[in-house]
Amino acid sequence: MRFAEKGKLAATGIIIGAAAVVLTLLGNPGNMGFCIACFLRDTAGALHLHTTPIVEYVRPEIIGIILGSFVLSLISGDFRPRGGSSPVLRFIIGFIVMIGALVFLGCPLRMVIRLGGGDLNALVGLVGFIAGIGCGCIFLNNGFTLGKAEKQTNVEGVALPFITVLLFVLFLAVPSLFLFSESGPGSMHAPVAVALLAGLIVGAAAERTRLCMAGGIRDIFIVRDFTLISGFVAIFIAVLIGNLIGGSFHLGFSDQPVSHSMHIWNFLGMFAVGLGSVLLGGCPLRQLILAGEGSSDSAMAVLGMIVGAAFAHNFSLASSANTGPGINGKVAVVAGIVILLAIASIVTIRERRKA
Amino acid sequence: MKELDTSGYSCPEPVIMTKKALKDSPEGLIVIVDNRASKENVTRYATALGYSVETEEGKGNWKLKLSK
Repeated sequence: MRFAEKGKLAATGIIIGAAAVVLTLLGNPGNMGFCIACFLRDTAGALHLHTTPIVEYVRPEIIGIILGSFVLSLISGDFRPRGGSSPVLRFIIGFIVMIGALVFLGCPLRMVIRLGGGDLNALVGLVGFIAGIGCGCIFLNNGFTLGKAEKQTNVEGVALPFITVLLFVLFLAVPSLFLFSESGPGSMHAPVAVALLAGLIVGAAAERTRLCMAGGIRDIFIVRDFTLISGFVAIFIAVLIGNLIGGSFHLGFSDQPVSHSMHIWNFLGMFAVGLGSVLLGGCPLRQLILAGEGSSDSAMAVLGMIVGAAFAHNFSLASSANTGPGINGKVAVVAGIVILLAIASIVTIRERRKA
Repeated sequence: MKELDTSGYSCPEPVIMTKKALKDSPEGLIVIVDNRASKENVTRYATALGYSVETEEGKGNWKLKLSK
């Protein structure tokens, strides 16, 4: 049974890795495939939540992932509207995760995709990500919890998937409502149908296998279980092979697509993502999947990420490619980590008093 | 046999709760989980520790009987 589970996770990882390579070949930005943080940010831009001209596009991959998970969970019976486990804290944590990701320039998924392209800056990010997860696990082992979720109505569970459908319909029917980049990463995209299909497949596969970029490392720390990590490794291998075949593998720190080499900020950015993901119970991809399964708590984290992305660009917190974060971004990441540690410590101390 | 209700908690908390509860009652435990992810995670964790797991499906939840 354990082997079967690892096999399914590895297969999902290969699907995700292959989808990333194909989407990049068909027009998505380099080493990006379908970065959750970048694409939520582009979508926020298209919705006028920020107006940075180079990162605006309604990304069908995001829509596909949520709907793929939603449809499959309806069929399999996993669709269970739940919510009420510290929604505001989840919003804030999602917000901070997004700031960290945009200082590093990628979510955990893009970090692995960048690693598979030979980008060594992502290796620095990975070290920070692991450190953040390790830190989060200390809190979990000491009783940290965001509390119990209660049953919610189907209306509540369907709300976010419904908004997603509405967004997609408007995107096709009235594109003039949205902002679209004419240059930069936001202007680079695969054909809509392929992007949506890739999202649907990835969403469905990740729902089935519960693939999570943070969960794999967390499970090793907490229960010495190596099941979930197999998906992570498979994505890396698939992307690596794809890049080697396509001739787009370039080992090194410099001249990597949409990245910077300010190591400390790559480390701290991903530290915030790792810690935040553990507190939320999953990485940004997993939050999209859980939101599709009817979790309004994860929907809150997703909304927090979207608003975080808008703030990141409106207040110049996001790094720019090559030059890295400015002073605002540096202050925001450090403040974000302090807030995450404060939330985790206060909650953990309260829980220990109760016990 | 002691019963541990993890309803409402999501991954990985049910596993951590099981881990702690098994420290107090290493002979076995009944764990109630209300989502498939936790069901699989708790089962996998218990199996790795050498427990046998009997699964009984209830209304919107599962009863996992962990015994040596």
